[in-house]
Amino acid sequence: MLEHYLSLATKAVFVENMALAFFLGMCSFLAVSRRVETAIGLGGAVIFVLGVCTPLNQILYDLLLKEGSLAWLGLPDVDLGFLTFLTLIGTIAAVVQIVEMTIDRFSPELYNALGVFLPLIAVNCAILGASLFTVTRDYTVGEATVFGLGSGIGWAIAIVGLAAIREKLRYSNVPEPLRGLGITFIIVGLMSVGFMAFSGIQL
Amino acid sequence: MKFLRNLFEKIEPNFEEGGRFETWRPLFEMPYTILFTTGEVTRTASHVRDGLDLKRLMITVVIALLPCMIAGCWNIGYQGMLAMVQGAVPLDGWQTAVWEALGLEYDFRSSFHCVVFGALYFVPIYAVTMAAGGIAELIFAIVRKHEINEGFLVTSALIPLVCPPNIPLWMVALGTIFGVVLGKEVFGGVGMNFLNPALTARAFLFFAYPAFMSGDAPWIAADFTAVDNFSGATLLGQAAAAKGALADASWSAAFWGSIPGSVGETSTLACLLGAAILLITRIASYRTMGGVLAGTIFMAVVFNVSGSATNPTFAVPWYWHVVLGGWAFGTVFMATDPVSSSFTNGGKWVYGFMIGLLCILIRVFNPAYPEGMMLAILFMNMFAPLIDHFIVQANIKRRLARSAAA
Repeated sequence: MLEHYLSLATKAVFVENMALAFFLGMCSFLAVSRRVETAIGLGGAVIFVLGVCTPLNQILYDLLLKEGSLAWLGLPDVDLGFLTFLTLIGTIAAVVQIVEMTIDRFSPELYNALGVFLPLIAVNCAILGASLFTVTRDYTVGEATVFGLGSGIGWAIAIVGLAAIREKLRYSNVPEPLRGLGITFIIVGLMSVGFMAFSGIQL
Repeated sequence: MKFLRNLFEKIEPNFEEGGRFETWRPLFEMPYTILFTTGEVTRTASHVRDGLDLKRLMITVVIALLPCMIAGCWNIGYQGMLAMVQGAVPLDGWQTAVWEALGLEYDFRSSFHCVVFGALYFVPIYAVTMAAGGIAELIFAIVRKHEINEGFLVTSALIPLVCPPNIPLWMVALGTIFGVVLGKEVFGGVGMNFLNPALTARAFLFFAYPAFMSGDAPWIAADFTAVDNFSGATLLGQAAAAKGALADASWSAAFWGSIPGSVGETSTLACLLGAAILLITRIASYRTMGGVLAGTIFMAVVFNVSGSATNPTFAVPWYWHVVLGGWAFGTVFMATDPVSSSFTNGGKWVYGFMIGLLCILIRVFNPAYPEGMMLAILFMNMFAPLIDHFIVQANIKRRLARSAAA
């Protein structure tokens, strides 16, 4: 059992890295990767949100939304599947709100550094993506937790790595038209080539 | 020498600002600074007085690569002719035509024959790398008005050495251009990139043409479609496929380099010679190399001890790992690249250790890629700046604490 969870986590962190294999959560990935400290802060927030939202959404889906899941209410024929997106996003938005208030209370510095991207975690596609993956892959709650945390850690590793590279490249002489986002896209592309080292690993 | 110097000085005004060939300055500057040290010095603070400038440094690396090149040529010829003894026929190419026009025989016992035959395959690859990468460099140098990067000397020597000997030349050109432009020039040239350009080129080819570059198909300069039961796959490919594949193979053959593989990586001995040159001249860091070795031994021993019934690669001991595939070549020439590795001394140990660890992990766990060295180094190139960041932060913290205590 432990082995199963371990391989699921490895898969989520490296093989199916949210940022560099699926290119999810790109907006904040590109925008908040200028400094390592900020990237660590955002990475931590994303790990937390993913770790909470993914199993929560899975529970909601299993109990309320899946076809035939309302049998315990005596309504076996009702299929609320059309509400999936709405519910998932609602949960995510609520959790992000809590995280935002917590960070504002305990680390105003980080709160200011993250700026608008903190509330924007709510629409970070990596988070909705992880929830949808768990739903379509039919994970149990335990698996969903591991998968959510793993995806978050993978995303955090990627953004912190990118931030360090960008800090180093501050001294480079990038051609004028490529400065800023352009070169960042190229870096991300090259990074994902590096992450392909893990593609094809069977666990 | 005097004559050359005079010649250069005579034509120099043409290439200076306002001169006739002002645009082509990089083309003049390159051979001039390779041959002579210029009188130019830095104008502002922090001067380093040292005969070893960037160009001298890079040329030393190329010299350190020479044993690998020669061993590589010999091995291409040796493998090709050995296959012919077993019934393979010469490839249908101009190399064969030249060879037969020269009236030479396919004799794998003669080192001279092997080297010459191999050179027929190696030299064109090298030439294409030089031409394709050189043109890309030149365009960037002219448009962006900088000098041709010294680093290209090394990059262009590394790329042909990590290619299979029977690689189509257009693939070499494509990979080289990708590596030089996207791996280096878009960041502003040598010293400003974060991935090793030669590795970027190799990885690009690896993922773009996996059927050709993964090492499952034979990498031998001979055509043996007519021969039955001739696998020709690299030893690593065989080790991943079946248990006990290495028992029949000879360790010393892998050490000396008479096994199929990419051009320059087969001979561990040649890599060791290169390592000696780089370490004595202190151009490469012993910390990185030591780190890689430690990481490899650690991970291989962990796998040996834990064991596995289904995966034969678990049992491969570390002294096999270090002679197979690109391990030695990668450790000596790729991991130690001063630009893409960690800068801090402590960081180099961590960086090297992680490369060794990852290399074995990929070799053991990833059935898609029998070889993990290239990808391990590429992966750690990505995280080298992060390692440095943490080391520097830790340093700052320690010194702050010390000055607070004092």
